[in-house]
Amino acid sequence: MNAHLQATGSVYSLVPETQTTERHTLSVLVDNEPGILARIVGLFAARGFNIESLTVSETEHAKGLSRITLVTVATPKVLLQIKLQLERLIPVHKVHDLTAEGRALERELALVKVASTGEHRAEALRLADAYRAQIVDATTESFVFEITGKPTKIDSFIAIMVPIGLVEVVRTGLAAISRGAEGM
Amino acid sequence: MAQQMTGAEMVIAAMVDQGVTDIFGYPGGAVLPMYDAIFQQDKVRHILVRHEQGATHMAEGYARSTGKVGVVLVTSGPGATNAVTGLTDALMDSIPVVCITGQVATPLIGSDAFQECDTVGITRSCTKHNYLVKNVADLPRVLHEAFYIAQSGRPGPVLIDIPKDVQFAMGTYYGPTEIEATRHKSYHPQLDADPRLIEAAVDMMLRAERPVFYTGGGVINAGPEASQHLRELAELTGFPVTSTLMGLGAFPGSSKQWLGMLGMHGSYEANLAMHDCDVMINIGARFDDRITGRIDAFSPGSKKIHVDIDPASINKNVRVDLPIIGDCGHVLKEMVRIWRSKTNAPRTEALAPWWKQIDQWRAKKSFSFANSKSVIKPQYAIQRLYHAVKGKDVYVTTEVGQHQMWAAQHFPFEMPNRWMTSGGLGTMGYGLPASIGVQVAHPDALVIDIAGEASVQMTMQEMSTAVQYELPVKIFILNNERMGMVRQWQELLHGGRYAHSYSESLPDFVKLAEAYGGVGIKCDKPGDLDAAIKEMITVKRPVLFDCVVEKHENCLPMIPSGKPHNEMILPDFKGDVGDVIDAKGRELV
Repeated sequence: MNAHLQATGSVYSLVPETQTTERHTLSVLVDNEPGILARIVGLFAARGFNIESLTVSETEHAKGLSRITLVTVATPKVLLQIKLQLERLIPVHKVHDLTAEGRALERELALVKVASTGEHRAEALRLADAYRAQIVDATTESFVFEITGKPTKIDSFIAIMVPIGLVEVVRTGLAAISRGAEGM
Repeated sequence: MAQQMTGAEMVIAAMVDQGVTDIFGYPGGAVLPMYDAIFQQDKVRHILVRHEQGATHMAEGYARSTGKVGVVLVTSGPGATNAVTGLTDALMDSIPVVCITGQVATPLIGSDAFQECDTVGITRSCTKHNYLVKNVADLPRVLHEAFYIAQSGRPGPVLIDIPKDVQFAMGTYYGPTEIEATRHKSYHPQLDADPRLIEAAVDMMLRAERPVFYTGGGVINAGPEASQHLRELAELTGFPVTSTLMGLGAFPGSSKQWLGMLGMHGSYEANLAMHDCDVMINIGARFDDRITGRIDAFSPGSKKIHVDIDPASINKNVRVDLPIIGDCGHVLKEMVRIWRSKTNAPRTEALAPWWKQIDQWRAKKSFSFANSKSVIKPQYAIQRLYHAVKGKDVYVTTEVGQHQMWAAQHFPFEMPNRWMTSGGLGTMGYGLPASIGVQVAHPDALVIDIAGEASVQMTMQEMSTAVQYELPVKIFILNNERMGMVRQWQELLHGGRYAHSYSESLPDFVKLAEAYGGVGIKCDKPGDLDAAIKEMITVKRPVLFDCVVEKHENCLPMIPSGKPHNEMILPDFKGDVGDVIDAKGRELV
């Protein structure tokens, strides 16, 4: 059989049967209709797939389309099942595995509340500046910082704020997009 | 034609436009406007069931025996929840069904109103797709879309939940040609496969020395032409053919190339051919666990070709070498064409050693059983039934359990769409209502439900439906006073502790039949069987046939759970099956 008929280059190509899990970011283009999120989450729950992060918002109002960015951890075989099972859902237009396609831009936003006084307060400000976090709320005893970036940067900022007086954190989950001129 | 009408009238108009002639339903508060619309027309016949589960199985039987969409109409709340089993059954077996449910009026949704339930929430995971229609303007599109989605691609059940105020609301109805549901914005099943892949498959088949066709329900779903192409391809290639439970009838049971059903209770020759083949051609089957046995020992030496319309079925359970996404009928037709373009001669000589090997396996006669002169053996009963109806226009449904497997083993089929059984979900109570659905679609045919006395009691109330509509279904009950398959597993795996697998108070099925207004026949002697079966077939009314059979017969052969195909237990097995199955196998269902 010719090499190209070994189904290489196809989305149904053979995946290595390894038990090693990988973290992948999927971008799912869907009709923005009631229940779509329940369909996606229900599929993951019913088939025992993992969701590490999930971000949903309408992205093209005129066409009624939403983009779901989803981070999952699975073996290559299960990752392919996740993609194909998502594509079976009627309101799903496209599923792209941004990690497999490579070099995707990934960003997250977090709001970080820190309560501190004295030297700790000054240190919080210096660190926020180093991480290019914005102050979006301030009282005499506290700050709320807004920080965007890769999840690892946000992890590190949060970790460093713990001894300084971290009160609470809220994160948006990942938004991801491919590089270059081509759209989904 | 665009026309002003109420939502309820749109539902009927869409059914008429979609070619629906019969629907199965049960009225209630939230569907009254639709029942009013049914009352005022005579194009769509409504069959009143006795329980909503019955309606769903009738729709399945109707759909599977005709290739058309089966339609269900039930009310909100309990009407919808009662339909869940049948919807799940249709999803597992890929049966096209459209289920319309009433819902409380839109302002009441979420208020825990009387007979309210979250129907779309409950049925999301047991339908191919579902809709809650809150605006009558969306209704015509949703109705036509539902029929398209139910029967295209990998078929399945689609549910439309319609609040009562939407049924009353006036709106503009559009027919299917104006809606163009087939030009859906995100749903586009792939019918035609990549021709290069089909050619690659034929090249593999041309070089095969130990090939086997492993066909499934997908061939039935692809329509009768697909079965024709399969027969043609089998004849050209000279390859042996086996099939899953769902695919029986696609290939004639009388053919010399037919190996019988494969899987847990399939034939020895089919399972050994699967295990030892060098090229496996899976057409429209899904490597279900009943088929594969122990997955890491499944057909270890073969190259596997998998034809399926559902991309998610590829590499889900078994890793295949050549996946082909497309409609089975299209792919089979192309395989025939390409095979013909490459050779004219069957490879009789190259395949001779393989066939010799298969004949040795066949000689084991794995479906054989020790017959008795004093008590009716269940296998014998099915053989006599087959003998009596052979050549007639006959359709067979089953319940779930031993009798279902014995029917699959001993009742061969020559044509597709003649065999209706619950394969994936394994729903006890499927067969009686399914037979009613089949009889509605084929009023003059002989429709038989091969049943067990336990299963059939789960939906027995539908006898009343059969009597009301004069549907002369024959319910052939193999009565062993046991839940036979449960009993068998308890004997083999749980030290013969028969916990709750027998019935201490069975109804008198003859009196029960008479109470419903049907005919009851009882037979408990092998010598009386032929005459009793003849009487059953001759009667033009619904029949409950109480066939009293051997109580402790085991269904063999059997691939013990957790074992590969080549460790199958045959009818002459003398040891303790419990010793054959290890702790891991015991955990499997």
